[in-house]
Amino acid sequence: MVNGGVYALLAIGFSLIFGVARIVNIAHTAFYMLAAYCFYTLLVKTGLGFFLSGLIAVGGVTAFSVICYRLVIEPVREHEAAVLIATIALALIFQELMLFTFGGHFLGIPSTLEGAVRFLGVSIPYQRLLILVVAAVMLAAVWFVLYRTRLGLAIRATANDLEVANLMGMNVHRVAMATVAISVSLAAVAGVVVAPVYVVDPFMWLAPLVTMLAIVVLGGLGSLKGSLIGALIIGYVEAITVFAVPAGAYLKGAVALLIMVIVLLVRPEGLFGVAFEEER
Amino acid sequence: MLRSFTAGLAAFAFAAVATSGAQAQTVKIAILGPMAFVQGENHWAGAEMARDEINKAGGINVGGKRMQVELIRADTNEIQSVPDATNAIERVITRDKADFLIGGFRSEAVLAMQEVAMDYKKIFLGAGAAHSKLGANVEANYDRYKYWFRVTPVKDVDLVRTLFAVLGTIGHQIRTELKTDTPKVAILAEKAVWTEALVGAAQKNLPALKMEVVGTWQPSATATDVTAELSAIDRAGAHIVFTMLSGPVGISVGRQMGERNMKAVAWGINVEGQKDEFWQAAAGKAQFVSTLDTYAEVEMTPKTIPFVRAFKDRFKKAPTYNAATYDAIMILKAAIEQAGTTNADKLVPVLEKIEHVGSGSVLTWDKRHDLVWAVGKTAGIAVQWQDGKKVPFWPPDVKGMQPFKMPAR
Repeated sequence: MVNGGVYALLAIGFSLIFGVARIVNIAHTAFYMLAAYCFYTLLVKTGLGFFLSGLIAVGGVTAFSVICYRLVIEPVREHEAAVLIATIALALIFQELMLFTFGGHFLGIPSTLEGAVRFLGVSIPYQRLLILVVAAVMLAAVWFVLYRTRLGLAIRATANDLEVANLMGMNVHRVAMATVAISVSLAAVAGVVVAPVYVVDPFMWLAPLVTMLAIVVLGGLGSLKGSLIGALIIGYVEAITVFAVPAGAYLKGAVALLIMVIVLLVRPEGLFGVAFEEER
Repeated sequence: MLRSFTAGLAAFAFAAVATSGAQAQTVKIAILGPMAFVQGENHWAGAEMARDEINKAGGINVGGKRMQVELIRADTNEIQSVPDATNAIERVITRDKADFLIGGFRSEAVLAMQEVAMDYKKIFLGAGAAHSKLGANVEANYDRYKYWFRVTPVKDVDLVRTLFAVLGTIGHQIRTELKTDTPKVAILAEKAVWTEALVGAAQKNLPALKMEVVGTWQPSATATDVTAELSAIDRAGAHIVFTMLSGPVGISVGRQMGERNMKAVAWGINVEGQKDEFWQAAAGKAQFVSTLDTYAEVEMTPKTIPFVRAFKDRFKKAPTYNAATYDAIMILKAAIEQAGTTNADKLVPVLEKIEHVGSGSVLTWDKRHDLVWAVGKTAGIAVQWQDGKKVPFWPPDVKGMQPFKMPAR
């Protein structure tokens, strides 16, 4: 459930930017990694508090993502393959920069909340419950922005039909930029909340990337509802894999990928996505 | 025009002779390791200490001629890429003209690097990989692989012997304190080449030690979340979590066991747990996590305490087992001075007969050029994290050891 919450934050952001701007942002989880490093630096190295460190990390990485979008993605946005390659390159650059700056050390961040609660015989640390709460709040906030604000209306209109939105006088470039910011801020929040639970290292973006891709394919590319449900399903499937095949615990990523391949073969539009033939 | 060309040619020839003369004055040793990671840092740090000590004392006596040690730092990047490792070793041999090769960490990469080193007939002293095949190659094809020697750690099968020896001690303590005849053990091993033999041996031999194996969990070496695995282990009622972990998953295990207030105690190999940074990386939650280790301020050999203190003074942290590059260079020095040459074929028989009192162990080799395993000599030590400090507790008869502790129940 907790992992599902983190995956949902990542997958919904990824799905959002794909749905609105058709940008397959492979660097999405690299921003999550950057946010974790920012949070670590601010909290552990400079001694700022949890809240302030988290806020600056999320804000800083979101602003940085907009700069990256303007400099790297926007110039090649019309060419999907170029966007794919550019974002892969961005992610690898971020990884190498972190490796150069922090070395290959595995860094830990103290817990925001100490202690654990026992539920149905399972011990759940409060820090993990906090992840769940933050994920729920963020997802509610995204829903509010998308369905209760003018920006959300513009984003949905652009996602529905880019050309018509453009003809109706909407600045689709600004909408795309705002969507990038919202999308990356979700990834950054995920990075900040998992940093005190996981280990911060330059390669921490790779495993969630694979899982996130499996989730968005399962839920349906561009579908936010699908991403949320897909994230919970994949989270449970991973846990079940470990319980059912303990010696094959390392296969949980592979199981997620297998689900992705099966969905692509049997139902390419995923659970809630739009069939490729009908796109736009 | 002709004069200036001749002068230029002469200057070039002089420079070339001078350069080759300078090269002849040094013994070039390539230190191979993942330099961006703690393993490579320790490879390099141990080698630097040996180099400075030898050069300060006048260098290596090669048949009556004093030669300084020159280190070549080679980043193998082997944690990320095996091809990078083979490229690095090829580069130091062909471009940098290294005389000797020392280092390596990840078994998969060292197996590939071993092939390159043997192609060029270069002596390669391993300082990180445990896989048995490295030594088995020497036995299977001596003429090709005789240039390989393992300095640290002992081979995987011998690691199991140490692990079982310590496990027996911990099992006895659990039987006494918890009044249970058959302690329950959960095997938690990352999925990697080096753990294959260890997992097999544990599954087979633990029942003979009157311990019940409640299950085997094998997460990825790069996993950062092991909550599902630990939940299952907790439910199985394990008293001991028998770890075989070299990657970041070792930190996750330590931290998440603490967060869950698990009553089981972790013992085994946890490479991250050997580092000083482990306690901080695990956010201070890794209380009572224990691991096989090489260095502590205990009298394993007369050199151990001075080496560990000198290392801490210089690098502001304790050495990990990869710092045995120090011993590797000292062994090379001893062999070269005994043979009076740097010729690899002449050094191999000398190395085979050497007994070296090293910084953390007393080293001798068998016919596979693997270390001869013995408690108190090469078996290593066991340490446990207690209130932020790494406390050595095994072998119990070594001076400086302290009691092993268990979580309150």
